[in-house]
Amino acid sequence: MTAVPTSNADRSFRSAGHALGKKFRPGEFIVESFLFLAAASSVLLTAGIVWILVKESYLFFTKVPLSRFLTEREWAPAFDNASFGIMPLVSGTLVTTAVALAFAVPVGTICAVWLSEYAPFKVREWIKPALELLAAVPTVVFGYFALMVVSPALQWLLAKVGIELPAFNMLGAGLVMGLMIVPYIASLSEDAMRAVPAHLREAAYAMGCTKMQVAWKVVFPAALSGITAAFILAVSRALGETMVVAVAAGNQPKLTIDPTESAQTITAFIVQISLGDVEHGHVAYESIFAAGLTLMLMTLIFNVAGFWLRKKYREAY
Amino acid sequence: MSTLPRHSAAEIEALIKGRRRLDVLFGVAGGLLVVLCLGTLGLLVYNLIHDGSSRLGWDFLTEFPSRRAAKAGIKSALVGTALVMLVTACTAIPLGVAAGIYLEEYARKNWITSIIEINIANLAGVPSIIWGLMALGIFIYGFEDWFPSPTNNRTGLGRSILTGGLTLGLLVLPIVIVATREAIRAIPQAIREGSYACGATKLQTVRYHILPYSMGGVLTGSIIALSRAIGETAPLITIGALTYIAYLPPAPFSPVTDMDNKVVGSHGVFDWITSGFTVLPIQMFNWIGLPDRAFQINAAATGVVLLIVTLMMNFVAIILRNRLRRKIQW
Repeated sequence: MTAVPTSNADRSFRSAGHALGKKFRPGEFIVESFLFLAAASSVLLTAGIVWILVKESYLFFTKVPLSRFLTEREWAPAFDNASFGIMPLVSGTLVTTAVALAFAVPVGTICAVWLSEYAPFKVREWIKPALELLAAVPTVVFGYFALMVVSPALQWLLAKVGIELPAFNMLGAGLVMGLMIVPYIASLSEDAMRAVPAHLREAAYAMGCTKMQVAWKVVFPAALSGITAAFILAVSRALGETMVVAVAAGNQPKLTIDPTESAQTITAFIVQISLGDVEHGHVAYESIFAAGLTLMLMTLIFNVAGFWLRKKYREAY
Repeated sequence: MSTLPRHSAAEIEALIKGRRRLDVLFGVAGGLLVVLCLGTLGLLVYNLIHDGSSRLGWDFLTEFPSRRAAKAGIKSALVGTALVMLVTACTAIPLGVAAGIYLEEYARKNWITSIIEINIANLAGVPSIIWGLMALGIFIYGFEDWFPSPTNNRTGLGRSILTGGLTLGLLVLPIVIVATREAIRAIPQAIREGSYACGATKLQTVRYHILPYSMGGVLTGSIIALSRAIGETAPLITIGALTYIAYLPPAPFSPVTDMDNKVVGSHGVFDWITSGFTVLPIQMFNWIGLPDRAFQINAAATGVVLLIVTLMMNFVAIILRNRLRRKIQW
């Protein structure tokens, strides 16, 4: 190929102060601006979410003082004789989340350790995609399972020890929620453990450790940052989970920490109000935004706490 | 520690034996636990099929919901799901791919970029019902407040297919963005340099190299995002999707009739987008809540259909990904 002589036009461009390759191209600029807008729209989206929650909650709190919201022990914003204490919904949300985590965290972690350290390669190659498939099962299907299978089974089981369980209860809903998030914890924690450098394992084996010692005393602590991230995701999912609790936990707000009772979560309340025909501007309409804001704040608190925990446990190799 | 505890050889041997036993025990117990979890989920699927099988059939797919359980079907929910997914795909995929390309290929390392990145990571963690509240407050009532119309025409998007699809599209946007970025990141730098060396501009490099080479990953991510959207119930209930719908959205160019069934015109191409709708998970949720056992059987049958659709989508995505992994070797 012969060298292309620089044209006069190019020279004049350069003499006009354009460095080579910095030529302004309107087409490129327009496309880049469009791509930037697409990326920036996500920030707009967050702003929109926060703005609408705060705005409607503000309208709510002009009608209901914050002290009533926090201290009243009953929640019935749509009734004529309304009461506005958020605590029953918060307790319902926290209890179902606690039940779910009490099941999912140990089970998910053990599954992850087993998959990462014990499972034969072939088995792992099959189970990992299976876990991904399970994470895709719609939550309303899990709700059906909780109501039709798990709750009756628990009723039968607890009747043997003399505890009467209502058909709608937080225990069944929480357990199914736990079952639902086991694949998340297992899959993410396993990724974190696989990422632990092999030489750490080899060193431990060379010292005569058994697989179990390597798994729990070397790999697990080394991967703790990633495993904590998996737990945080699990908490967020459990707090925000809607359909399982809307179907199976009952829909009466009740201030209780007893998982064998029925109660309502924040999410289930929002669904209940949305199913009815609530007027725009009515206090019940604004109450779902106040409840939503409470949920967002709870999720945020757990995420910030998790962020600090992760930082604390972060190990660099 | 200054002094180590002294053990006799026999003690050490016993210790090692104990540890080994524990090791084997954990190996078996862990395996059983994994099997148990998968088994429970198998039970879920079995139970659903067992309950719903009596209703599954062509009639169930092609009948409208009805007050009589044995005659009810999911026609409107199926059509609703398909149309909402169409809008979702048209929202999430272009926007997500554009954002992904910007962040990987164009973005400079500055505070604006890091705000966008942190923001996208946080959006992925927002509970889905909050998205519903956002759509209710902005798409439905917000637009009405901001753009008041002098005539009686409503300016909000209403409880329509458009609102539902947009909401779900924005909800799964982070999934598409992350998938796009991962696909782009897998393209070696040499490809870009080669393209630049031939005199291509940045846009040309993106258009003729980055975009085509990342297409597989984008496609996989998009399918997974849509399969997530298909099962979402809560945000659509929040925006007020109806639970009982016995009509289909107007097809393009279908005749409009007045009250006497006289044809007075025809529908536009996009009239369906403002129609009310229901989707499969909402139909299922509605039927679960009814006290009649026959309706709960309908719910189970709907669940089976929903499950088949989502699992198929994920299956396709996984196969696609595995084939791509094998085919593309840089």
